[in-house]
Amino acid sequence: MSLLELDGVKVHFPVKKGILFDRTIGHVYAVDGISLKVEAGQTYGLVGESGCGKTTLGRAVLRLVDVTDGSVVLDGTDVAKLPEKELRSFRRRLQMVFQDPLGSLNPRQNIESILSEGMAAHGIGANQEERREKIREILAKVGLPANSLSRYPHEFSGGQRQRIGIARALVLEPDLIICDEPVSALDVSIQAQVINLLEELQESMGLTYLVIAHDLAVVRHISDVIGVMYLGALVEEAPSDALYEEPLHPYTRALMSAVPVPDPEVEERRERILLTGDLPSPANPPAGCRFHTRCPWAQPKCSQERPELTDAGGGHKVACHFTREIRAGELAPAGGPDAVVIPAQPEAPEAEKAEGPEKAPKPEKAEEAPKAEEASGESSEDSPADSSEGSPEGSSEKE
Amino acid sequence: MSIVTTASKIDRLAQLTARTETASGTSLWREAMRRMRSSKMAIIGAVIIAGFVLLAIVGPWVAPYGPAEQTWRGEVFSNRGEFVGARAENWFGLDHLGRDMFSRMLVGARQTLLVGVVSMLIGLLIGAVVGIVSGAAATLGGKAGRRIDDAIMRVTDILLALPSLLLAVSVAAVLGQSLTTVMIAVGVVQIPVFARLLRGSMLAQGNSDYVLAARSLGIRKRRIVLTQILPNSLSPVIVQATLSLATAIIEAAALSYLGLGNPDPAVPEWGVMLSAAQRFFDNEPMMSMYPAVGIIITALGFTLLGEAMREALDPKLRG
Repeated sequence: MSLLELDGVKVHFPVKKGILFDRTIGHVYAVDGISLKVEAGQTYGLVGESGCGKTTLGRAVLRLVDVTDGSVVLDGTDVAKLPEKELRSFRRRLQMVFQDPLGSLNPRQNIESILSEGMAAHGIGANQEERREKIREILAKVGLPANSLSRYPHEFSGGQRQRIGIARALVLEPDLIICDEPVSALDVSIQAQVINLLEELQESMGLTYLVIAHDLAVVRHISDVIGVMYLGALVEEAPSDALYEEPLHPYTRALMSAVPVPDPEVEERRERILLTGDLPSPANPPAGCRFHTRCPWAQPKCSQERPELTDAGGGHKVACHFTREIRAGELAPAGGPDAVVIPAQPEAPEAEKAEGPEKAPKPEKAEEAPKAEEASGESSEDSPADSSEGSPEGSSEKE
Repeated sequence: MSIVTTASKIDRLAQLTARTETASGTSLWREAMRRMRSSKMAIIGAVIIAGFVLLAIVGPWVAPYGPAEQTWRGEVFSNRGEFVGARAENWFGLDHLGRDMFSRMLVGARQTLLVGVVSMLIGLLIGAVVGIVSGAAATLGGKAGRRIDDAIMRVTDILLALPSLLLAVSVAAVLGQSLTTVMIAVGVVQIPVFARLLRGSMLAQGNSDYVLAARSLGIRKRRIVLTQILPNSLSPVIVQATLSLATAIIEAAALSYLGLGNPDPAVPEWGVMLSAAQRFFDNEPMMSMYPAVGIIITALGFTLLGEAMREALDPKLRG
């Protein structure tokens, strides 16, 4: 049995309006029916662009936001329906590492106070001395100097602060740690350190992670299984390697194609899908498949029927009506109103290469099919320098 | 020469490294204090306030004459416009009843400070309790809490909507004429200000990640409010307390000026003195000048200190 099982989790926030008495005039469908399983000792990576509901899902697992519908079962206990009193003591088993290392630490508490508070709340350690001993042990594990105890968060660097955040989660010896964008606020050089620390700790302590991130490179590095979220729902879920090997959902393909390849030769010729326009509002999600408004392969059926997440073989699950057809190349990327597909190019002739560094024109309408040199111009702009930032946000900014 | 500078550089380096090795953390409060010490505004404010407090303590003992003694009664004829200005035996001159103005100023400092501090404390304490209840209910109380918060805030809005002086006058009218009345009236005016400020500050802190982190750690709500949210919400309230000491003194003076202050002539208060002197402003303007300048300087002292505190506590300005 899996350590964590989410079944049909929905988190809807009411939208209220009114001067004296609030009326509910609608809902924001932040998370709209997500089912997934996290195996003990593994890392589940959740990716998606800003506003797709991945942070809300993480908070729903901890029940920091109330779950509208569905169940969040950790080791046989449904967190979503736990009474308030039991929830408080149950939270020891579920911990979170936050995105903003400074904002998630109380500026008026010193490190000892920050780390011992959770232990005191759950009765871990008989007295202050015992707790201090345990804190020293954890501090050593996360690589912080032993004299940190009496210092305050503002006296540490960004990476150190995130280590404090990790230590805070670790002292309670949780079963599952939810990492909400654990490194996105850090410098690239520090990111690697923190990611490696998370991996080391997983190995030595047998931890299970649910990592929420928008950085594809980070997620690929640490995840065993990856789920791709779009507008409150999972569109694809697969073992890490399988997903990067062959992304099946059009949205995932667009995400992947936004990650620049460090090899300029490959970079110039590979398939590129440019999503334009913004994420539709989660308060008014499109009918049918949520991605059909931006999908280059969209068919009439897509706007009527919402596809289920189904297994396409080998544990690779996709929520798309036309997975098989797209995979086989039977369905041409006609281009939706908001997307442009630049197919993979054959070896470019000499003349075109010379024109390389010219500025890429922005594709405005799908009808104006972009030409080969446009693709090469664009690719030479974002070169290996920012290869580590393969963010889905990037894909929508490139419009 | 160069050897000396190099040596001192090494010493300095040694000091620095020694400091980091034994570094015990500097809390935000300590850092704010350090910044206050280097602020001119804070120093001037603190000096004025210290002088004022000293005056309030020792005033009655150093005053050359009793505040109610009408020793020079025969020299002042207010109905004929004959007054006595500053002279060797009466530094600030005489008032309309032939009492020594200098002595009355010295003795009056205590009452003025008392009115300011007590009414500020009334506003601060009641306002803080209301603000904490409201802020805690709104941030961690769920749906029911938000309703409680709404109800409390509508009441404070009503209080805020009334002009402060009008509110104070009506409170004073109900309670009768005395010094206590003035303190309560001025204090009541401050309640909604403190309540709103603390609630707003708590709401802002309640949305922060560290509160979320504390909740996910499984810490009790009451503890989260008291150890996480409240300590981080206090700095604007402390600043407001200093600033409202100034407004309380001015407002108390205004109430006294309107004739709602302490009628006892043996207990002079700057506001009452100003009120009494204004009738003779045409003939003897200096008589109203002394208490007026006293009030202005004191209020200035508190305002300067408050502003300096605001700057020192602002995390955005932290260097």
